[in-house]
Amino acid sequence: MAEPVLRFTDRGIYCPAGDFYIDPWRPVDRALITHGHADHARPGHARYLATKAAAPVLRHRLGEITLDTIRYGEPRVIGGATVSFHPAGHVPGSAQIRVEVGGEVWVASGDYKLEQDGLSEPFEPVRCHSFITECTFGLPVFAWDPQAQVAAELNAWWTDSIANGRTPVLGAYSLGKAQRLLSMLDPEIGPILTHGAIETTTQVLRGQGYDLPQTHHVTPDLDIKEHPGALVLAPPAALGSDWMRRFGLVSTGFASGWMRMRGVRRRRASDRGFVISDHADWPALNRAIAETGAENIYATHGYTEIFARWLREDGYNAQVVPTEFGSDDEEDSAA
Amino acid sequence: MKSFAALFNAIDRTTRTKEKTAALTSYLRDVPDVEKLWTVALFTGRRPRRAVTTTQLREWAAERAGLPLWLLEESYPIVGDLAETIALVLPPPKRPADLPLSHWITRLQRLHDLPPEARKDQILDAWDQLDATERLLFNKLITGGFRIGVSQKLMTRAIAAATERDEAEIALRLMGKWRADTTTWHALIEADDPQADASRPYPFYLAYQLDDAPEDLGDPGDWQAEWKWDGIRGQLVLRGGTHHLWSRGEELMTDRFPEFARALDFLPGGTVLDGEVLAWDDGPLPFSTLQKRIGRKTVPKKLLAEAPVVLVAYDLLEHDGQDFRAEPLATRRAQLEALLGQTPPEAPLRLSPPINFANWQALADTRATAREARAEGVMLKRLDSPYLSGRKKGDWWKWKLDPLTIDAVMIYAQQGSGRRANLFTDFTFAVWNGNELVPFTKAYSGLTDEEFRKITAWVRKNTQQKFGPVRQVKSHHVFEIAFEGIHASPRHKSGIALRFPRMSRWRHDKPLSEANSLDDLKALLATYG
Repeated sequence: MAEPVLRFTDRGIYCPAGDFYIDPWRPVDRALITHGHADHARPGHARYLATKAAAPVLRHRLGEITLDTIRYGEPRVIGGATVSFHPAGHVPGSAQIRVEVGGEVWVASGDYKLEQDGLSEPFEPVRCHSFITECTFGLPVFAWDPQAQVAAELNAWWTDSIANGRTPVLGAYSLGKAQRLLSMLDPEIGPILTHGAIETTTQVLRGQGYDLPQTHHVTPDLDIKEHPGALVLAPPAALGSDWMRRFGLVSTGFASGWMRMRGVRRRRASDRGFVISDHADWPALNRAIAETGAENIYATHGYTEIFARWLREDGYNAQVVPTEFGSDDEEDSAA
Repeated sequence: MKSFAALFNAIDRTTRTKEKTAALTSYLRDVPDVEKLWTVALFTGRRPRRAVTTTQLREWAAERAGLPLWLLEESYPIVGDLAETIALVLPPPKRPADLPLSHWITRLQRLHDLPPEARKDQILDAWDQLDATERLLFNKLITGGFRIGVSQKLMTRAIAAATERDEAEIALRLMGKWRADTTTWHALIEADDPQADASRPYPFYLAYQLDDAPEDLGDPGDWQAEWKWDGIRGQLVLRGGTHHLWSRGEELMTDRFPEFARALDFLPGGTVLDGEVLAWDDGPLPFSTLQKRIGRKTVPKKLLAEAPVVLVAYDLLEHDGQDFRAEPLATRRAQLEALLGQTPPEAPLRLSPPINFANWQALADTRATAREARAEGVMLKRLDSPYLSGRKKGDWWKWKLDPLTIDAVMIYAQQGSGRRANLFTDFTFAVWNGNELVPFTKAYSGLTDEEFRKITAWVRKNTQQKFGPVRQVKSHHVFEIAFEGIHASPRHKSGIALRFPRMSRWRHDKPLSEANSLDDLKALLATYG
């Protein structure tokens, strides 16, 4: 039997024809990277390939790396394989990776969402024979409200918090989610203050030309009284830490797809949970898979067994990716 | 339903008691009486009689959502709540409406008179008129279990504020076996002289855990000490020729413990005792004996003989028909001793004996022997204190024994549900038996959120085999398991069962080989079982 186009190994997804890996988790010679989140873009590879739009963040996070870039849709021959990167809509610069060997096409989705968030390059369905799909939210209980509706809830919470004498502090992952929230917030309400981790990534993206509202970096000498009506954007780990003390009375919010479940909202012990995710919800996962036209589906990251069973009943040849590696760093991964 | 849903959201969104109380108070001021009554009923665990089964609910919801039933069934343990799972999978309402809570309850109650097919139409019709939060609440009316972080104390305070009445009086009025469909808000809360309910218990006073040295409590002479019994807290109400036994959770346990019918033969009416229900035969029997009686609504004769119970009384709340709670403990105690001093051994009543101690060290020495007395530790109660309600710091302290511990190896892991849906939180632990690891207990709690996140990442990377939701993981991590008691159990593979096992420490410092053995466990069983 011929080698499959892509194979699942203990280093990650491997292409024998091209001798490269996609988002590998152990050091390899050549790594194709879907996007800059820490559980996809790891340090230590000899050579990296990523989209031009993802490159600045990769360099910012991984430092001195040997990084080659590629435009969306541009074909590139690597050994016996032809690869191309296609927008995944997950975060700015994120991609699905299409790999073609001898006329057979596989697509590794990386992380993706279908809703247009106004910043990330919109998701593009790619026809293929085999589709490796994430399914972080692969249960029918996950369905997102439109972004505009969540934006209205966010801004109402901001206004109410200020009216109640509290500074709203919103927790969000520093790459992607934070900038998406920035674009949803109404700067007319007040100034937006950012934690250092978010500020530096935001500056990188702003430098690339992504349109983001003005932010003020929270430095040790910052006096909250000089920024009346401000909202603070911080990584989840900063919520509840000493860093928060400077803001006095606060109302905490957390934005994530997990907030759809009341139990998770309560565990977070935030004052408010906003249901917003950079991953596809149940309807979007199903639509994305249908639009690939693929017969073979490989489910990874999430409720893989349940999702694969559902797909099989729907007529797909669906299976669970055998090695599933969780992220060490919740801070920067799924949600 | 919109105002009730708004109340639910306001309470559910905050962790601050003050904000919850304010939200409930303002709701109670605004809505009509019938809405108030049902709201308070639901928050105290009273719900309309169930007219459809949860199985039917699942089937109808799956059908309406266009999902196979198994997929809904798989989603349910992950969400952790059936009412919520159904609310989340249903498509958006086609005909949104705003009808009050009482309307939906009335409709649910009428379902009893309808044939099954019509019941289904009614439920589907309701789902079509309610938004996501309202649906969750509507489903909860059927499935029960309104756990939304409203304590009895919080609710009492809100009602008192909204009606400008005394908190203690409201607390008393809410106790007992009232039903929303047979009373009114006026009769329950406002009526000047409500028919005194012969069964109505007093709110329990709950002790705090003593974490500091007892020396901080001051002069030992100000305190009464007694065993902290390992049974079920119970309040025995004797009034007007009837007897009622209440649990701390305000559940009526009268039928489960028929022994207490005889209490009326030995004590006068107008007596209310607070104490501990214990399996007893010339002394306390192990908790595992009492356990045979828990959860049984009817008790076979054989079991009555095998596991007889008594109330070990430690407080007198009503005497001669008068509320006795404001009297100092010393007075209540003297009266209690006078009442129980005369009762013969066949009475299902015992006095919880005081522990005499000259100084704190002497008490500490006695406490160290608690397991031999089949107690969990000692209780300290201030002699001049009244009987308060709820958990209030200062007058009652429980000074429990340090738990027993054993170091064990984690061998299986399972994801949690509800609050802990995306974490591995349910673990099985094993001890060595020669070269083999023998599972002996599960534990779910004791780790910090941060530790749960760490172990979750580790489990994902170190799964060796999956059995449905259960993952066999590499034998690597050693945890200290703390527990309150140990007893032989033929139902468990290891032959041993623990009480309240939890992970007290993650022993990063211990290699696998230094985990305890089955022999160590057996030695504990021999000493404490």
